[in-house]
Amino acid sequence: MTISRETQAYNFAYLDEQTKRMIRRAILKGLAVPGYQVPFASREMPMPYGWGTGGVQVTAACLMPEDRLKVIDQGADDTTNAVSIRKFFARTAGVATTERTGEATVIQTRHRIPETPLTKGQILVYQVPIPEPLRFLEPRETETRKMHELEEYGLMHVKLYEDIARHGQIATSYAYPVKVEGRYVMDPSPIPKFDNPKLGQSPAIQLFGAGREQRIFALPPFTDVVSLDFDDYPFAATKAPHDCDLCGARQSYLDEVITDDRGGRMFVCSDTDFCAGRQAEGKVGRLGVGQAEGAK
Amino acid sequence: MIADTLSGGFADAPTKSARAFRAILEAMARPGTIHTVTAAQPPAPLSVAAGVVLLTLCDGTTPLHLAGTADRAEVRDWVAFHTGAPLVAPEEAAFALGRWEALAPVSCFRIGQPDYPDRSATLIVEMDRLTNHGPALTGPGIETATWLNLPETAAFRANRALFPLGFDTIFTCGDRIAALPRSTRVEAV
Repeated sequence: MTISRETQAYNFAYLDEQTKRMIRRAILKGLAVPGYQVPFASREMPMPYGWGTGGVQVTAACLMPEDRLKVIDQGADDTTNAVSIRKFFARTAGVATTERTGEATVIQTRHRIPETPLTKGQILVYQVPIPEPLRFLEPRETETRKMHELEEYGLMHVKLYEDIARHGQIATSYAYPVKVEGRYVMDPSPIPKFDNPKLGQSPAIQLFGAGREQRIFALPPFTDVVSLDFDDYPFAATKAPHDCDLCGARQSYLDEVITDDRGGRMFVCSDTDFCAGRQAEGKVGRLGVGQAEGAK
Repeated sequence: MIADTLSGGFADAPTKSARAFRAILEAMARPGTIHTVTAAQPPAPLSVAAGVVLLTLCDGTTPLHLAGTADRAEVRDWVAFHTGAPLVAPEEAAFALGRWEALAPVSCFRIGQPDYPDRSATLIVEMDRLTNHGPALTGPGIETATWLNLPETAAFRANRALFPLGFDTIFTCGDRIAALPRSTRVEAV
């Protein structure tokens, strides 16, 4: 790779070394206490809060020159947020980038876990807006901190119970709270609860960065992660009851796409790499275009 | 003497520390696994790995305790020049470096507070050898079980009993490192 004069003005992976050391220490403490939110001195990044400043800082602290980076936004590699973060690191760290889950060593994600199972040697970095699972139940940080200290999570169960009382089921469908190693209740960032079963016992390292809220937390590989539920209302990973209209996948998480103003709609895989990979293998859904037709 | 103090740091700090941190990250995320690190040349008696951990994680904001043979003028000068970490007593240390016998009693190190368990010490323990033979380890980061030649088990079992409080440990030997976070359960031997 040739480094242009413009990029030499940046340190490797943008952040200065002292900042990276501070973030690295926070990541290690996060791994030592899975699910606990470690405070860190989040920096201003050249993007607005809400665009993944926490994830970007964790990624910057973890990247090495040999890495191959993938960035997804709600499963898609080609959305504005994903494209700009991928370009950011291609420019400031000179790392290779990819859209293939299997080829990536570091994957920064906004609100999805890739459908393709992760493997040892991969790091999944989540962008987290509100790291505190109890925040909307108790606005005071002093109180939520005390609740974590005392393992006082009754309020969260009351919230899930109220879901059942009002809707007949646990209506929480994303940012579904989990308990880590039987100790800390953790917000897995706003991933659909369809992805919750992939959090636990994953061979990959999972790191969570919340830039505005200045918190880092982590799940080491092979960690017990249990979605909160009740004996008579067990947790269920739900998705739209359809198959992907492009690749025909039955077990992937789907986005609903409105196609006209007369109620027309289609369901497509939220994970674009997974969907494209299946289509390349010749798998076709209801509205999919066959390989022969797609090739012309 | 001065030359020794000034040399031995990372030749290219951003990339060398990035690779070193990845090894430390993998070691801490997968307790008991042994990883190789390079690129630091600290003065004797520090191992290459101990030097790498200091350069990667320590700076002026991390009070450091040097224990036993690690607490000598050459090491203090090298640490001061390359990291700027203030040298402190065990009770105030964010990082502590030395052989296991020199760090004892480990109960004097910070274990964090109930509401801030992250405010705890990280021990860097110099070992004569590092092998995957020893007491069985289980817990987060370990699929079924793994083994590591720990210097003793009682202290680590007592440390695990404090969870989520407790210190975290990085073992160093030559150019190799392994880690034992407080979350790991150690088999009684």
